[in-house]
Amino acid sequence: MTRGARAALSGTGPNTGPVPVAASQDNPEPQRRLGSAARRVITRDALGVGLAVGTSGLTFGAAGAAAGLSVLQCCATSLLMFTGASQFALIGVLGSGGSAVAGAISAVALGTRNSFYGIRLASLLRLRGARRLVSAQIVIDETTAMATAQSGPESSRLAFFITGISLYVTWNLATLVGAVTAGAVGDPDSFGIDAAVPAAFLALVAPRLRGAQERRTALLAVLIGLAAVPVTPVGVPVLLSALAVAPVLFRRNGTGA
Amino acid sequence: MIWLAVLGAAFGCYLLKLGGLLVPARVLRQPTVQRVAEQLPVALLMALVAVGTLADGRSLVLDARVAGLAAAVVALFLRAPFLVVVVVAAGTTALVRLI
Repeated sequence: MTRGARAALSGTGPNTGPVPVAASQDNPEPQRRLGSAARRVITRDALGVGLAVGTSGLTFGAAGAAAGLSVLQCCATSLLMFTGASQFALIGVLGSGGSAVAGAISAVALGTRNSFYGIRLASLLRLRGARRLVSAQIVIDETTAMATAQSGPESSRLAFFITGISLYVTWNLATLVGAVTAGAVGDPDSFGIDAAVPAAFLALVAPRLRGAQERRTALLAVLIGLAAVPVTPVGVPVLLSALAVAPVLFRRNGTGA
Repeated sequence: MIWLAVLGAAFGCYLLKLGGLLVPARVLRQPTVQRVAEQLPVALLMALVAVGTLADGRSLVLDARVAGLAAAVVALFLRAPFLVVVVVAAGTTALVRLI
């Protein structure tokens, strides 16, 4: 398995593990034709990542159904949003009785990092015109990890599209199966689904908690969120926790922990 | 209302993805923008963990979910994959509710 495949597999759903975007080493090798052996290795790794990560869609479908979404709404979320952390945020807020607006804002706020991936990928993939409109939907953690781990533009494009398409198909099929299955069994809380959603968030955030600044932000966010629970409408505490990033606004350059 | 949230959030998330492919790189290379982008997911995800574990509507409670999250922490320390972490948390919570 290649470096890119391992990096992508350390994620946990579409778009769930951080990918370093600052490291810039665009096209270290000049353009050259990819041999069929190299293509096979990239294709195999990319398919492996797509299938392995995509099965987490089962969890999303089941948790979405438990949060009160219909099977159609679960599937529409995976088809149209296709970014794991945002999807879980949406159903986390809606499932606990939060408003549609609070749920949507939480989801969009978690989608901001895809913009940074897009910048990295734009110089690597060199997409033009309408292809960019379609490709944008698969700009997520795993495709960025796979594309940036390759040694040239042709292999990056191959890794990006095969990872993205296989993950898209698997994630959406798994969402459907999860939602239908969860809808068929009885009270979801008796299966502990209400604990599965925060556990999913914890698994998503865990790889990011290695830095000191990240830990400070995490602690502050927890305190703000819990303090806000008794005094604000459901869904709002999570939005207020975004204030935990305020300290980094007042720091000068170069001191990031 | 659920449809409004699903479609609105999906549209917003798509625009963010597309925006990255279209905007000039220098805008998002600002150090402050970078730092906020790194910290924002941490803040939101941790708040979702805390609120999802301890809140019941507008009150804070200690119930079987706490046991499930504790089990998830152990699973994460053992480097269990995502699905295992989630299933362990749900299973532990279900078990505690049974007994």
